[in-house]
Amino acid sequence: MELDFILSKEEEKPTGKTELIYDLVIIGGGPAGMTAAVYAARKRLKTLLITKDLGGQVLWTAEVENYMGYQYIEGRQLVNKFKEQVRHFPIDQEIGEEVEKLSKEGEIFSILTRGGKKFRGKTVIIASGKKSRSLNVSGEKRLIGRGVSYCSICDAPFFEGKEVAVIGGGNSAFEAALDLVKIAPKIYLIDIASSWSADPVLLEQIEKEKKVTSFPRHKVKEIKGDDRVESITIEPLDGGQIKSLSVQGVFIEIGLVPNSEFAASLVKLNQAGEVAVDCSNHTSIPGLFAAGDVSSVPEKQIIIAAGEGAKATLTAHQYLLRSR
Amino acid sequence: MALLKDEVQNEARERFKKLTGQVRLVNFTQKIECHYCEETRRLIEEIASLSPKISSKIYNFTLDKEKAQQYKIDKIPAVVVEAEKDYGIRFFGIPGGYEFNSFISAIYDVSRKATDLSVESKDKISKIDKPVHIQVFVTLTCPYCPAAVEMAHKLALESEYIISDMVESAEFPHLVSKYGVMGVPKVVINEEFGFEGALPETSFVEEVVKASKSTTEAKDEG
Ligand SMILES: Cc1cc2nc3c(=O)[nH]c(=O)nc-3n(C[C@H](O)[C@H](O)[C@H](O)COP(=O)(O)OP(=O)(O)OC[C@H]3O[C@@H](n4cnc5c(N)ncnc54)[C@H](O)[C@@H]3O)c2cc1C
Repeated sequence: MELDFILSKEEEKPTGKTELIYDLVIIGGGPAGMTAAVYAARKRLKTLLITKDLGGQVLWTAEVENYMGYQYIEGRQLVNKFKEQVRHFPIDQEIGEEVEKLSKEGEIFSILTRGGKKFRGKTVIIASGKKSRSLNVSGEKRLIGRGVSYCSICDAPFFEGKEVAVIGGGNSAFEAALDLVKIAPKIYLIDIASSWSADPVLLEQIEKEKKVTSFPRHKVKEIKGDDRVESITIEPLDGGQIKSLSVQGVFIEIGLVPNSEFAASLVKLNQAGEVAVDCSNHTSIPGLFAAGDVSSVPEKQIIIAAGEGAKATLTAHQYLLRSR
Repeated sequence: MALLKDEVQNEARERFKKLTGQVRLVNFTQKIECHYCEETRRLIEEIASLSPKISSKIYNFTLDKEKAQQYKIDKIPAVVVEAEKDYGIRFFGIPGGYEFNSFISAIYDVSRKATDLSVESKDKISKIDKPVHIQVFVTLTCPYCPAAVEMAHKLALESEYIISDMVESAEFPHLVSKYGVMGVPKVVINEEFGFEGALPETSFVEEVVKASKSTTEAKDEG
């Protein structure tokens, strides 16, 4: 592996003030939240950005080739560019904080964090994006870090010479499998769908690999093991025989779910758990807006999330003007 | 050729403008039997050249035994980030890849002799009165890992009872198998406790406080 040194842009931190009622509180610091923050600062809204991290999914994206202005840019470099732009503006930031509960008390939104802080705002933009989906099968949670992994680039090195399963049929599952081919003697690729959704280039590469055995149309029933993963049980969808595969690692790459739990009791979600929005980012609650991957906007892309973030702030600004 | 690319050097220089106090990077190394010893030493020297506030000291792990014992260094490559005082902040294995972030962050905090932990966290940490040894296992390709390493090092800076190590998994396979590391970040506290994954500040501090209370005996790290 080539040795490189990665340094993210510094985060300036005028932190949140619990005594204030903010004009706008933005939850989430991915492309949607960061763009919303820049627009808010330019509209001179008293703004607080609360986020677990700055960058969101883009931090985990190796390369981006479809964000305008850059023919090619590494994900983390793009995040650095975003941060640079945000730090020019006087926005209060709570970075490393997770929002646990969003509620509305009268006309004012109340935002409670996992760290026990409570912030208030006249308007809120939910821009909390998505996170890895879990299988929800027995053994999965218990064996995280003991063979179950959601980050193949992080954890693949621990599975040298070991048999592993990759769950999923999209690009990230295929990329994980191709990564593991270099070190693992046997890789099972398991997906519930009957046809793979990965790009044709990746499909061709996988088909050439003799180490990879595929099980499309199979459902994972259980991950077994006392202290570490020992095997995985899978079942064909058409009712065939249940199989047990001996593996020491299970890489779960089955897509994403919206981070909307903290707002679930307040706002209307769609079937996928996304915050339902109209085309100006209004949600079912006046003063509450949503943008980017966490919202029901079709298509999840960086440029779309950024555009939605901008739009949400402009709509929130209009709302504040009207409600004055 | 320099290890650090120009743009990374420039960003680091920019950050180092905010250093207030002197920082010393103490490196233990040797020529052989170590994957990234050579690169770690070069990295330390390059970093020291980027700011007048940073100095470096290179010790030979085998020849300078006394120094290694004084700092309780049991494996290499090792880097201690200290000021007039050793705060218990250590990096075992090269702080490259994503971990370069936690390295720069440690230099910044040590220079300013302050962390940005919350008042509540600092209060809880100040009540710890038994030795705590935190080891954070990482890989250099793990974007979630620096957050855990930074947290462990901030705790070390805040408490004279806490020693915190970053441990680069590829460099120390025997520790990976000793602690059964199969996913990172993995945090091991006083040998017997620990957790997987990066936790937010409040939960991280709670885990450490809990471990410090249930450790049967105050033990030397080693
Ligand atoms: C591997 C991968 C590759 C991709 N490649 C591309 C590509 O090449 N081109 C492209 O256009 N798109 C790509 N995408 C999609 C793109 O990254 C997303 O569409 C985009 O990041 C969505 O932005 P967002 O701001 O809506 O959400 P996110 O990026 O998910 O950001 C959400 C933010 O909210 C924070 N957050 C979540 N919950 C909470 C909470 N409770 N409290 C506080 N903060 C919280 C998170 O920490 C994060 O900072 C890729 C995605 C992945 C996973």
